[in-house]
Amino acid sequence: MSAQAPGARIQPRRTTGIPYVLIVPAVLALLLGLGYPLIWQVVTSFQKYGLAQQFGQPPQWVGFDNFANLAWNGEFWAVVGRSLLFCIVTAVVTVVIGVGMAVLMNSVGRVVKLILQISMLLAWAMPVAAATTVFIWLFDRRRGVVNHLLDLLPGVEMNRYDWLGNPTTFFLVASVLIVWMSVPFVAFAVYAGLTQISDEVMEAAQIDGANAWQRFGGIIMPMIKPVLSIVLLLQLIWDLRVFAQITLLKDAGSKSGDFDLLGTYIYKLGVASNDFGVASAVSIVVLLITLAISWVYVRELIKEDEAQ
Amino acid sequence: MTAAKLGRIALSVLAIVLAIVWVFPVYWMVNSAFISTAVLQQFTPHFFPGQYFTTSNFTGAVADGSFFGALGMSLAITLIVVVVCLVFAFLGAVAISRFRFRGRKSFVLALLLIQMLPAEGLFIAQYKMVSSVGLLNTVLGVSVIYIAAVIPFTVWMLRGFVAGVPAELEEAAMVDGLSRFQAFMRITFPLLAPGLVASGVYAFLQAWNEITVAVVLLPAEAAQTLPLWLRGFVQASATRETDWGQVMAASTIVAIPVIVFFLIVQGRMTSGIVGGAVKG
Repeated sequence: MSAQAPGARIQPRRTTGIPYVLIVPAVLALLLGLGYPLIWQVVTSFQKYGLAQQFGQPPQWVGFDNFANLAWNGEFWAVVGRSLLFCIVTAVVTVVIGVGMAVLMNSVGRVVKLILQISMLLAWAMPVAAATTVFIWLFDRRRGVVNHLLDLLPGVEMNRYDWLGNPTTFFLVASVLIVWMSVPFVAFAVYAGLTQISDEVMEAAQIDGANAWQRFGGIIMPMIKPVLSIVLLLQLIWDLRVFAQITLLKDAGSKSGDFDLLGTYIYKLGVASNDFGVASAVSIVVLLITLAISWVYVRELIKEDEAQ
Repeated sequence: MTAAKLGRIALSVLAIVLAIVWVFPVYWMVNSAFISTAVLQQFTPHFFPGQYFTTSNFTGAVADGSFFGALGMSLAITLIVVVVCLVFAFLGAVAISRFRFRGRKSFVLALLLIQMLPAEGLFIAQYKMVSSVGLLNTVLGVSVIYIAAVIPFTVWMLRGFVAGVPAELEEAAMVDGLSRFQAFMRITFPLLAPGLVASGVYAFLQAWNEITVAVVLLPAEAAQTLPLWLRGFVQASATRETDWGQVMAASTIVAIPVIVFFLIVQGRMTSGIVGGAVKG
């Protein structure tokens, strides 16, 4: 690291405090917006902090009681299980479809590719509030176009099926929405990786008799493996934070706890029920899950940063 | 026709079908926005506005004045977040890409980890902090949280741009007698304009689209941002029939500026997120 390659950073001629002064504003902003709340949250997760504390009573220290209560709470485990299942299924489906899209972009003509890319970009650009609202309209039980189109299929009778009223189809709609929003990112990232594979290599493989499937497994997959692992990690992390989509879909569906994932569960515990101790404990669990997944990704990025 | 050519055509057809499927929700939003609700309520959907074309949904959606309140709120928050983030992140990016200092690695590591934290994992604590100082439903309260959320990636993105300007250019100017600060301001800074624009648009998109923290910190109807204003249309459907024409007009209004800005920075954002995994 100390070897100075050409084009490396300027060495300060004397040890200065300049870099520290430069990062002070950013550090202060982070401490205020994230650091203080994080510390408060860790402290509160070890306290009994409910309605009485809202009215000025000092919180009581209860050690690991909040966490212990969660461990015996069936609803908590149901929410955790549902969130992880939702997250993993959605992320894997997103990556599989995204890779398929990228391969497709790479194998069609210029005009068709452009049409596909514009379509992807439009979907990607949609703000989450607008996208979720549109999906509520698409899946509307009476006038939604999805029920209408399914009714046109021979033998299918939707009977104005209420997609958002049943937990299974509610999460199916949520998952389709998130896959729709996320596939473009995966497709473009993987496509950028694919364009690095030289045509000569592919042609050589073809001449040597490798079929399309062998070329995919033997050349394409190994080449895009680094970018693939990064997008999968990112999707896993992003699909854990779906509070916005779930909250908006619940507005149109049901308020029942069967439709909660971790984000809406924490919101209910905290803002709606004033049980800040337990809400903080659940938040800590969410942060720990995220950090565990992120760690791999961040280590990769740091490695690349140092290699530059 | 050879088999290879047939295969090519089949792939093109598949690509076109997927393009239609992916753009359909966006198309359906715009299509419904231009059809009056009375027509939308018929049981057969119309795939083109045609003779039912109307702009009354747009005028209806913004008629009660809550739109302009929400627009003002969104503009104020976004402006603060973009300006503060750009200045703070620029300084931070210069520090990590032009200097070696003790703690640099930890700072970069912290930025990257913070950027991964989900809003859901902290919003209860942020709610308590902001409400304890009486800043719920204010521009300031929500801006403080947004700034902290947006800064890490902005620093990371700008770092790439600063590092992309060779330090030799500055060194050459310093040999010619400029001070280090002058060399930076005259040589490097002008070359960073594209980076500042891209990072600014990124911050804009984050603040403009954000709804998770907004749900928690801006519960009052009078303090809603545009995404919350849009949410209000669906929430209202609990008590009365949803006016889907208006709701889709409202969605279109919220989405259009975002789509325009997004198309400007898309390439930069992808390469920033996946780092060096994609060399290109």
